Amino acid sequence: MNKKVIFSFFIFLFLFSISFSREIEWHGFVQTNYSFRTTGLVPPLAQGDFLLGDHRFQLKFSGSEKSEFGSFGEAKFFAKTDFFENALKKETGLEIREAYLDYPLKAFDFRIGRQIITWGLGDLLFINDLFPKDWQAFFSGRPMEYLKLGVDGLRISFSSDIFSTELALLPFFESDNYPTSENFFLFDPFLNVSFKQIQKPDSKFENVEEALRLYRTLSNFELSFYLYRGFYRTPSILPDSFPTPSKITYFFPELSVYGFTLQRDLLNGILSLEYGYYDSRQDRRGEDPLIPNSFSKFLIGYQRQGWTDFTYSGQYYGEYMKDYKNYQKSLPPGFPEQDKFRQVLTFRATQLLKYQTLKLSFFGFYSPTDKDYFFIPEVNYRITDNLWVALGGNLFGGEKRTTFLGQLDKNDNLYSILRYEF
Amino acid sequence: MLKKYFLTLGLFVIFSPSVLWGQEKFTAPEVAAKYQGYFFYPGKDFKVLVSMQLIEKGGQERIRELTMLRKNSPKGLEQKYFIYFHQPADVRGMSFMVYKYPKKDDDRWLFMPALNLVKRIAAKDKRSSFVGSDFTYEDVSGRDLEEDDFSILREEKISDFGSMGQAGDCYVLKSVPKDPKSADYSYRLSWIDKESFLPLKEEYYDLKGELYKIFSAEELKQIQGFWTVTKRRMQNVKTGHQTLVSFKDIQYNLGMEENLFTERYLKNPPSKWIK
Repeated sequence: MNKKVIFSFFIFLFLFSISFSREIEWHGFVQTNYSFRTTGLVPPLAQGDFLLGDHRFQLKFSGSEKSEFGSFGEAKFFAKTDFFENALKKETGLEIREAYLDYPLKAFDFRIGRQIITWGLGDLLFINDLFPKDWQAFFSGRPMEYLKLGVDGLRISFSSDIFSTELALLPFFESDNYPTSENFFLFDPFLNVSFKQIQKPDSKFENVEEALRLYRTLSNFELSFYLYRGFYRTPSILPDSFPTPSKITYFFPELSVYGFTLQRDLLNGILSLEYGYYDSRQDRRGEDPLIPNSFSKFLIGYQRQGWTDFTYSGQYYGEYMKDYKNYQKSLPPGFPEQDKFRQVLTFRATQLLKYQTLKLSFFGFYSPTDKDYFFIPEVNYRITDNLWVALGGNLFGGEKRTTFLGQLDKNDNLYSILRYEF
Repeated sequence: MLKKYFLTLGLFVIFSPSVLWGQEKFTAPEVAAKYQGYFFYPGKDFKVLVSMQLIEKGGQERIRELTMLRKNSPKGLEQKYFIYFHQPADVRGMSFMVYKYPKKDDDRWLFMPALNLVKRIAAKDKRSSFVGSDFTYEDVSGRDLEEDDFSILREEKISDFGSMGQAGDCYVLKSVPKDPKSADYSYRLSWIDKESFLPLKEEYYDLKGELYKIFSAEELKQIQGFWTVTKRRMQNVKTGHQTLVSFKDIQYNLGMEENLFTERYLKNPPSKWIK
């Protein structure tokens, strides 16, 4: 029902946009994207060595019309649609990545429709960015832009000299596209349960997600505050009986997050700080083993240019569990115990060569508490202005098969992307 | 104290009445200050459509097309830049904002529309190539006067500049970085036109003293009273790579608002300004 409503809305939006726009600009790309597992192992529910075989044709349309309000006022529309073929499943489909209308009104900007929103300062670590993400895409070597998924809703921005805000209202819950046992090796205690169902929050008024960002610059500091009220985007698991369930239900517990970010220049580089308090509203005392406890999450990042066309950055990230004793007490026997204070270090290095047409990059996660890692080396070459190719790898590992990255160990893969843009 | 005096002098020289140019004799720092003022600071604000051809030794060409907006601070030498990319396809729709300060590193922000992400960029090094061209950031937005020692080597007529119907009477200004590590070149020679105070030619010498980069102004136009280099070339004689730049739709003093250079418009550039 919801899907139909949304789809009709986009059709309406598109036709409406075309009718009011004077000129339409269109661009896009054709792309092939493959990824195969180098471990020679195949997850029990998957087929073959390939994680991904994706052929894609993207079309972007945009147009604008002057509005009668505001000094720069102009209404715009934008749509980005992907026609794709999943070569592994021999399926084709249409994906509306983004489709929205923009309308400025004096100090306000309204954006309605499907849109990508990115908040926070973390580099591939997200604290105050609570918008949906596609982890499958990220772990299987799709281009970085596919890590973010569009959300359907309304965003209202307000700008002034004193402070600026963004408010996002999201009536249709969208979960992360998290890896599942169908295509990844994972720690899955319920692998053999065949009856699984997903219960997403209904689209009703009290379930409308709200995300607010308030920001301004204060001398050298870029300061933002964030509030979020909604749901976890990765599900919790509810078995019908324990320890041998016949049916499990994935559900998305309620979550609120309060946080801030701070950024400024320091010693020829950029310093970033981010904090968020995850208020797990359905398990505030941490006694429910099915629902994550409340957490304090933070990161400190520093980015700097080493020499010409070379930049490096590092982050220290931590998440501190509230009510750890209650968590330990309620944890079902046989389940792996999470640390009270999980920590992650990341490192990124990027070197541009040959007049910035060749890019060598490395990104690494390492957790000293979980003792696991995830490395992403990549070579990207701009063959011409329109054609680029990327080759890279996703390499996972760790001491245990139950930690966040360690469970992905057997999914090491190499990927290739070839894209022609026009 | 000395620095302050120098800055004041610099500003005074830039904005001094122009009637007496022909007759006056200038010292090397005065020429350098005028060069900086007329090349990097003309007008209160400035809008241009920039087309760049990046040409490899073998002849392969790449194109960069962008709209650049610049606004000078009413007070000092600070500037704000807004750059919107039209070409090539992989950067189309990206916008780039720079707050330039004379005494410290720039602040730079890049907006990536595919992720709807504003990313602050570390910018210690002004010598990085600008969008993969032979121009560095410094070549695009200028270098602090205080970083170099200046001397006038001679006065000279540039003969191959006659095709433009101008005399091409020049000061040959030598700039030597005070801190050798602050630049790629050990010294630079600039042929500065006595009338417009724009560089008609520049030669960059590397740390071994060998010529490696040549700038040449190939077309000058007077627009709203401001002399402007509308075609320029930067040639790397060592690699054979070169970049040709042409300026179109040039406009000065449009009355750009200060809030144009904020996150709001970085994320959503008004087509009034970028088309």
